[in-house]
Amino acid sequence: MKALTALAVVVALAACGPKERSAPGAASQPQGSTVSINGAGATFPYPIYSKWFDHYHQLHPNVQINYQSIGSGGGIKQLAAQTVFFGATDGPMTDAQLEASPGPVLHFPTVLGAVVPIYNLPGVTATLRFSGPVLADIYLGRIRKWNAPAIAALNPGVKLPDTDIAAVHRSDGSGTTYIFVDYLSKVSPEFRKTVGVATSVNWPGGVGAKGNEGVAGLVRQTPGAIGYVELIYALQNKIAYGAVQNKAGEFVTASLDSVTAAAAGAAAGMPEDFRVSITNAEGKDAYPIASFTWLLLYENPADKERARIMADFLRWALADGQQQARELGYAPLPPSVIEKELEALKKIRI
Amino acid sequence: MAVKRTRTTGDDRWFRIGTGAVAALVLLIVAGIGVELWRQSALSIEKFGFRFWTGRTWDPVAGEFGALPFIWGTLYSSLLAMLISTPVALGIAIYISELSPRRLRVPLSYLTELLAAIPSIVYGLWGIFVLVPAVRKLEIATPESWKRLPLFSGPPLGVGMLSAALILSIMVIPFTSSVAREVLRNVPSAQREAAYALGATRWEAIRIAIGYGKTGIVGAVMLGFGRALGETMAVTMVIGNNPNISLSLFAPQYTMAAVIANEFTEAADELYLHALVEIGLLLFVITIVVNLLSRLLIWSTRQRFTTTAASPAMIDQGAKAA
Repeated sequence: MKALTALAVVVALAACGPKERSAPGAASQPQGSTVSINGAGATFPYPIYSKWFDHYHQLHPNVQINYQSIGSGGGIKQLAAQTVFFGATDGPMTDAQLEASPGPVLHFPTVLGAVVPIYNLPGVTATLRFSGPVLADIYLGRIRKWNAPAIAALNPGVKLPDTDIAAVHRSDGSGTTYIFVDYLSKVSPEFRKTVGVATSVNWPGGVGAKGNEGVAGLVRQTPGAIGYVELIYALQNKIAYGAVQNKAGEFVTASLDSVTAAAAGAAAGMPEDFRVSITNAEGKDAYPIASFTWLLLYENPADKERARIMADFLRWALADGQQQARELGYAPLPPSVIEKELEALKKIRI
Repeated sequence: MAVKRTRTTGDDRWFRIGTGAVAALVLLIVAGIGVELWRQSALSIEKFGFRFWTGRTWDPVAGEFGALPFIWGTLYSSLLAMLISTPVALGIAIYISELSPRRLRVPLSYLTELLAAIPSIVYGLWGIFVLVPAVRKLEIATPESWKRLPLFSGPPLGVGMLSAALILSIMVIPFTSSVAREVLRNVPSAQREAAYALGATRWEAIRIAIGYGKTGIVGAVMLGFGRALGETMAVTMVIGNNPNISLSLFAPQYTMAAVIANEFTEAADELYLHALVEIGLLLFVITIVVNLLSRLLIWSTRQRFTTTAASPAMIDQGAKAA
């Protein structure tokens, strides 16, 4: 059996042919041979990244970009260990992580994601409205019933049942959790103090389920449950979700447009390094639980050929690539952010 | 013995050295895993010491880690699973080895062992879509007076300790029942014949056989227990993943294997990573202790079987040698 497996591996490697043969770090490749670049990180943008890398490979048959969706934390670790050429993350690197990395790292927003509250309330057909503080209190275990005055006040005319709220969160560390708790911490000082912001946090109660599908599955089955999932996941699986009150006081239902609007609202105050949280963004149309997802590159990489290719790829992803985002359910970046990024791409020493 | 030694050829010696080396390799691997787990959890061991075993807080944001809720959840779920599965597994083993028609023995053994071949993710999915809704119905139907007991308190979520214990019990049945079956099969027929000769009924004869293989059967149960301790995927999908220590069967809880599987990929912080590895170390220690106990028990029954079974033959040999 082992021998068979080994044989299969050999055959599979042989079948890959010259594609796989380009050794890492071989900058002096002769013209015409394939260059392969490896990256790892966030799972959230994996569908769009794999489509982009595939498309880019068709445009440039000698470039093969491989991406492993091992999670944002893993991507940052692998980038710091220099086992991959680029990383990807849903939460920006912390100052401590940047200091610990062997060289300066640049963040490049690629697309936008959003997190939406989903719920299961038999008999309630209207789209429920939530506010940040109410969501925070639900997840803190302070609001325990669906007919609590705080929820009823946001939803006049909706007959809310006297059911216990079962708050479902992600049990696995995830960028989705990061975006959600980042928002709740901004709108509720109590939440910031007792829970805080990270990819896994110490939830005061509720139930943990694994992955977007685990949360959605549990919410769908449990009357009285509330959960949070990626907007793409809700769109693709046709799950109804609630509207959330934004900073301007408007109730906004997440959509690709309202997410892009959130990024546009934040673009004005965008820092040089793009490490910015756009939850609770300004703007009348902005959806408040949104975030960039970033590609991570070293500012001064040793391998100039691969750096040139990645910079070229990013320029393509920021132009033509953005057109493909929408059909996969990702919100495209606003033009103001793209402009700044094209400028920042010049920082990479190639 | 003297006869054997003169017959040893070069081939025999190399065979012995070769297999011995492989056996030593297993020991080395186990020791290596232990050492590596220790090394990779050094930060957490240094910072928390024994407090890691007794701490109840698991807060990656504040960097405060205690493993007690996970240890509790692991032991409690495995113990409950054994309570449910042991009678069933032993019933299967006794039926197959003592009562079933000869023609049914092989298919029955095969089918029970097939349970072990189902991937745990499949058990998990079945748990989410079939078991959890059924458990929720059961929880809703629980009379209010029962819910005042700590064993049945909490809202009816479906996911929680009961679902985890039920799914685990199904998963360990093949392990317990196949070892118990072998133990019963190893009981010398002289035992049963003697019982029948004394006028015992079938039930009494079976009881004597069980009594004879008692320690081996306990070993079989312990083996199942060891299996239940380490189960990850199916449990994390139905247990609710909430680190709280509760007697309640309805409460969402957490296990050691589940927290590692859930949080390892996103643990970017050094101390956090070391704390997760230390959970792995604790689980490693607990599983080794349980497995060691089960091996010891099985081994001690084997000793008894071989001495009793072999004694007439040995007497024969002794006579020939004389």
